[in-house]
Amino acid sequence: MFDGERVAELFASWGVTHVVTVPDSTIGRWETAIVAAGLHLVRVCREGEAWGVAGGLHLGGARPLVMIQCTGLFESGDALRNVVHDWQLPLFAVIGYRSYLNQDTLPGDTCLVFTEPVLDAWRIDYRLITRTEQVGAMTEHYRACRAAGRAGALLIAEGKA
Amino acid sequence: MTAAPIARRAGGSLRDALAALKALRRADDVVLTTMTPARDWMALGTHPLDLVLVPSAMGHATSMGLGLALAQPDRRIIVCNGDGSLLMNLGSLVSITAAGPRNLVVLVFVNGTYEATGAQPTPGSAEGRVAGDAVDFAAMARACGFRAVFDFPGVEGWRAGAETVLATEGPTIAIIGVTSDPTAPGPKSPGPAAARASRFIEALRTQPGRSGEPVPASPP
Repeated sequence: MFDGERVAELFASWGVTHVVTVPDSTIGRWETAIVAAGLHLVRVCREGEAWGVAGGLHLGGARPLVMIQCTGLFESGDALRNVVHDWQLPLFAVIGYRSYLNQDTLPGDTCLVFTEPVLDAWRIDYRLITRTEQVGAMTEHYRACRAAGRAGALLIAEGKA
Repeated sequence: MTAAPIARRAGGSLRDALAALKALRRADDVVLTTMTPARDWMALGTHPLDLVLVPSAMGHATSMGLGLALAQPDRRIIVCNGDGSLLMNLGSLVSITAAGPRNLVVLVFVNGTYEATGAQPTPGSAEGRVAGDAVDFAAMARACGFRAVFDFPGVEGWRAGAETVLATEGPTIAIIGVTSDPTAPGPKSPGPAAARASRFIEALRTQPGRSGEPVPASPP
């Protein structure tokens, strides 16, 4: 849906300093552009790690963003709970929503069943992004979360180039 | 097939090991502790740049330490971890060496147990494995890409080598054998985490940069 240049430009305009990530076939293609835009890309081995690393970056004065797929969100539970709720760090995530736009590769993908309820369960204020025309809403949500000092996420529909 | 050699640990007191660190800690160092190292570190006193990761996510002190090291490249970040905690987040060793922060020191206090829950053997300890072959954390760290790896079977060796460990360009990891105490209580949070996070952020802003001065003794 989005190309890497557009996403990198967006992150840079938000003041993001570090993108902590595990790739999938959509968000992974943004990496080159993110690095080219001057942002630091921090590659971690599993998504739960990303929340701890982002927590440390935030405490240290940086402005991190977690960029993972929704399957990694499922893996992230305890790490997310700890930094966002115990420590109340206002971390922001961009989460790829696997199979949302089509299920040709994975018919009946249960990501569509669990992703949004899991975000609700973890009390993450998120916006579902299904069209590139929503780019203004993405920035609006990021800035609203920053201003309120709360964690937030953008759920980016995946499944089409 | 030949069984791998069992790593024998001389052990010693975790608190004594941490006291050796405290004696060498610079005023601008961040010391991040979790689980039983957090319990014993707090017993030695407090410092504004202590980050006591209690409550924690399981094993995530190394991840948070990596983030701090990247955000504060001119400040030494020392993570005090246990072997049980490290086993819960082994991938973080690879993430650390991938990012390569020169200012990060990871200390792993190995007692072979989950001491906070009653000292059950970890699956990495000789006692916790069918073959009785304790895993070699130093070899693991090297295989994960650490170039600065120190292995101390016990606290005496750590005391003698701690200054070298802390002076080495990182990312650095030191494996330190300590003795498990099954009767010791688990760590307790020193207060609401969110308020401590705010104080810690403020301390980073206001504490002087690298001075080389040791931290004055503070009472427990």
